[in-house]
Amino acid sequence: MALEPLIYELSSPGRCGVHLPGLDVPASELPAALLRTELDLPEVSEVDVIRHYLRLSQLNYGIDKGFYPLGSCTMKYNPKVNEDAARLPGFAALHPLLDIEDAQGALMLMYHTQEWLAELSGMKGVSLQPAAGAQGEFAGILMIRKYHLSRGDTKRTRILVPNSAHGTNPATVSMAGYEAVELPSDENGDVDLDALLAACDDTVAGMMITVPSTLGLFEARLPDVIKAVHDCGGLMYMDGANMNAMMGVLKPGELGFDVMHYNLHKTFSTPHGGGGPGSGPVAVNEKLLPFLPGPIVGILEDAGSLDDVPLFGWVMPEQSIGRLKAFHGNFGIIVRAFTYMRMNGGSGLHDVSRYAVLNANYVRTALRDHYVVPHDRTCGHEVVLEGHWKDVPGIHALDISKRLMDYNFHPPTNYFPLIVPEALMIEPTETESKETLDAFIEAMKNIAREAHENPELLLEAPHITPVGRVDDVLAAKQLVLCCVPIPDWAGSPEFKTSTD
Amino acid sequence: MTYIPHTDADRQAMLAAIGVDSIEALFDAVPGEHRFPALELPGPLSEMEVLAELYGLQDANTHAQNFAIFLGAGAYNHFIPSAANHILLRGEFYTAYTPYQPEVSQGTLQAIYEYQSMLCALTGMEAANASHYDGATSLAEAVIVAVNETRGKRRKIILSAGINPQYRDVVRTYMQGQDITVVGDDKVRDVNELAALMDDETAMLAVGYPNFFGQIEDLTGLAEKVHAGGALLTVVADPIMLALFKSPGELGADMVVGEGQPLGIPLSFGGPYLGYFACTKKLVRKISGRIVGETKDNRGQRAFVMTLRPREQDIRREKATSNICTNQGLMALAAGVYLSLMGKSGLKTVAELCYHKAHYAASEIGKLRNFSVDTDKPFFKEFMVKCPLPVDEINAVLLEEYGIVGGYDLGQDYPDRENTMLIAVTEMNTRAEIDALVAVLKEIVDGA
Amino acid sequence: MSNVVEGLKYTKGDEWIRVEGNVGTIGLTDYAQNALNDIVYVELPSVGAVLARDGAFGTVESVKAASEMHMPAGGTVTAVNEALESEPEIVNSDPYGAGWFIKITLSNPAELDDLMDAAAYAEYCAGRD
Repeated sequence: MALEPLIYELSSPGRCGVHLPGLDVPASELPAALLRTELDLPEVSEVDVIRHYLRLSQLNYGIDKGFYPLGSCTMKYNPKVNEDAARLPGFAALHPLLDIEDAQGALMLMYHTQEWLAELSGMKGVSLQPAAGAQGEFAGILMIRKYHLSRGDTKRTRILVPNSAHGTNPATVSMAGYEAVELPSDENGDVDLDALLAACDDTVAGMMITVPSTLGLFEARLPDVIKAVHDCGGLMYMDGANMNAMMGVLKPGELGFDVMHYNLHKTFSTPHGGGGPGSGPVAVNEKLLPFLPGPIVGILEDAGSLDDVPLFGWVMPEQSIGRLKAFHGNFGIIVRAFTYMRMNGGSGLHDVSRYAVLNANYVRTALRDHYVVPHDRTCGHEVVLEGHWKDVPGIHALDISKRLMDYNFHPPTNYFPLIVPEALMIEPTETESKETLDAFIEAMKNIAREAHENPELLLEAPHITPVGRVDDVLAAKQLVLCCVPIPDWAGSPEFKTSTD
Repeated sequence: MTYIPHTDADRQAMLAAIGVDSIEALFDAVPGEHRFPALELPGPLSEMEVLAELYGLQDANTHAQNFAIFLGAGAYNHFIPSAANHILLRGEFYTAYTPYQPEVSQGTLQAIYEYQSMLCALTGMEAANASHYDGATSLAEAVIVAVNETRGKRRKIILSAGINPQYRDVVRTYMQGQDITVVGDDKVRDVNELAALMDDETAMLAVGYPNFFGQIEDLTGLAEKVHAGGALLTVVADPIMLALFKSPGELGADMVVGEGQPLGIPLSFGGPYLGYFACTKKLVRKISGRIVGETKDNRGQRAFVMTLRPREQDIRREKATSNICTNQGLMALAAGVYLSLMGKSGLKTVAELCYHKAHYAASEIGKLRNFSVDTDKPFFKEFMVKCPLPVDEINAVLLEEYGIVGGYDLGQDYPDRENTMLIAVTEMNTRAEIDALVAVLKEIVDGA
Repeated sequence: MSNVVEGLKYTKGDEWIRVEGNVGTIGLTDYAQNALNDIVYVELPSVGAVLARDGAFGTVESVKAASEMHMPAGGTVTAVNEALESEPEIVNSDPYGAGWFIKITLSNPAELDDLMDAAAYAEYCAGRD
């Protein structure tokens, strides 16, 4: 039984979903020895394709359908004008290798985006190259590395990472060739300052930390943390995943951070796309300016007069860590973020952070009597609950999440941060109204009651979704990753293809 | 407050419920001397005003809809059927995130599974992931896989100089913190010369298919040589070319990576694009990025789910081989829709149109006095032309006087290819455009 | 309550080793297979590999976790349990029997003295529950 056939199962020999023009030049001879003999793609009409993908889309839950409080991912409303902006032909049909004179509009847009991101962070320079937050992190740690090496400081081999960190942080540290040193958290969920001081020595290249923390909290002793790392010669990296709580609230550069990344797909409302594309610009202070990944956009010639515009062009920072991807970053995403920033203006962006924090605290206050809030103090833009109760040991956070689907909500983030047992991380975002939050709160309260009165409702959930709980053990054992029989080039009989 | 729905009454009621007087009071934990800094930024604008500004910015660009474009070099002006964009605008697709919760994400999961399947068919490989950021980072990830496959014992990578120079730069950026040596691209070598660089330190050898110069090098026997030396063969391939030419799988590749932009993704000034990544079954546990597998739900229905998750950063943390988290999900959807629309015959037709039009252009330019077309090796949709004048001079005349975007100046990356233009011809270039290009080239030289 | 078998030696990383003469058989304990839940994949070394004590010899994966297996004592791998490649669930069903991972010849039997016996390991597990 299948909800929707595979596109291959809709295939009928001879169909095609496009009408292409005929050949208007003389045909040339094809090199027969180099040609392939088969090509196993579907054969379907345009109507088949539209209906298939439309039906697939209806099996999904997105922000356009309802509340999506996936903590740490900032699933705010994605304004439609952003989509129109990125699709303007002057942007969408623009070749990345044109001479700068022929791409001044795009370069100016990128330049202003760099400037906005620098101002919001209190940093001195920005590169839009990184394609996602994880790539921004990688760029940041490579810059820290190159900074130390440029000073002849070769002893530094370790980067400190709190145990509450996103998994990308320690993975980034390893990718950059450093050893990740995990720091414990204290009883308040903040970095354990004694452990930090004990770890700080001249082998520490830097520290990565998320602000507000992954528990959704502003750490009161953050200045002490920054000082401790700076005192031992290390640099401070801020994971900007939670910038939605920070705009006009705190400039990381002013607080002493040396480098940070943004997630344009979180803070600046560019769509998450079912898992990307994102964009992860990095912002740095003066120390790290020469190391930015490049090229970045600079002013090559100042404007001649007030009516004139400057000439924008590519600049490679002198000791750049290099290029992170081909061309210039995820430009289409940058257009969307630019549109969003212009719509909001500086004051609007500050309001975004104010109301994101208001919404999270409203949810926290409403649920504190029904769920354990491990660090129950004023939170940032998200709140972390524990999704379990001592008197119903069979119920886990995952069961609560699945039951939320029956109430037509997307679940919060489960099991992160790792330092909270059965974590449910709720990030409402500022675009949700009081009515929506009230409905969600009501559902959460109902679920807490159901867990005690009728736990089966949770354990068997979800009930109303297109599929029930999915067998991920079977998926991992049978490893059916492809429905096309692949010709046995080198002899590989044990690799299964679809059973259908 | 553009996208904030709160009324004054809402705000008051919420503050009262929380038990504070003002929103500002919620930020008491932020160090006082740094709290609420001034933002030197412009004020808000209406949607009308922002659109007017964006129209102004786009008008300052030269784009493919107004000009005949013969520029490729890693980003190609291919046709995108209207239906593709309409699917991408479904809010259920583009406003969802990574399908962590399969019960409410079957649309995304099945679409990725189908994309993986079509990629396998196209490349002749047994598995594909849900994508990397772009072709360049896909190649860098292949390097990581190859080194890990030798358990880190082999740390030399051979890259052909015929791989896009920006891709090679990205590989070096990725490897700078690791003790990994990248060799082979100091000068242009044919595949036999490249294979001769193999030694017992070599983890991977990578070639372009076609190479950056548009040429289709003869890869017959290369895989055997690379495998005999105990290394892996990675092929960086143009996905459109694969509709017509032998798949890298058939040629014995272990990994096939490349830029998926030609598959229904707009040029968009260089991104977002699609790093496609396919491999043999043997390597599937070593690769990074999301992978979707088929399974069943508790009602017995066919269902899809992300699988092989323990490879990933959120589980394996510092032991993960890559930090990739977000990929290019929506771009993979675009490629899946494009490949479905084109299908078996459409994609082959696109490839044939590219081939024949490029060969027509090459043959006409080859007839011009003082221009010589490199026909040393078979080519697909790009070819090299040695010009009598600097490429930028020719391009300036082409664009300013005739509305034609000329080819790529290879001298920028290859000092020995001065005055050599790399011309890309796709199904989008009409015969009239090609004839105009040829006529203008003739005129430029005759007039010089 | 997980099962601990008398006569085996145990590590803090939850490997067990059964020693017969100079030959050691190594596997994953009942406690660990229970914590990992459904095991879906096991990666094993090549026969002939020479590994030091604490050296990584393989990986065991469930759907949500992966852990490396380490040598309780140094030695040369003489056999691997190939059945685990197609039926990794044997580690769940029979961790001390058919679910063994590798056999080695010990390079230095004195290294075994540092390992826990069944009683000590049972206490160690109880402390983690």
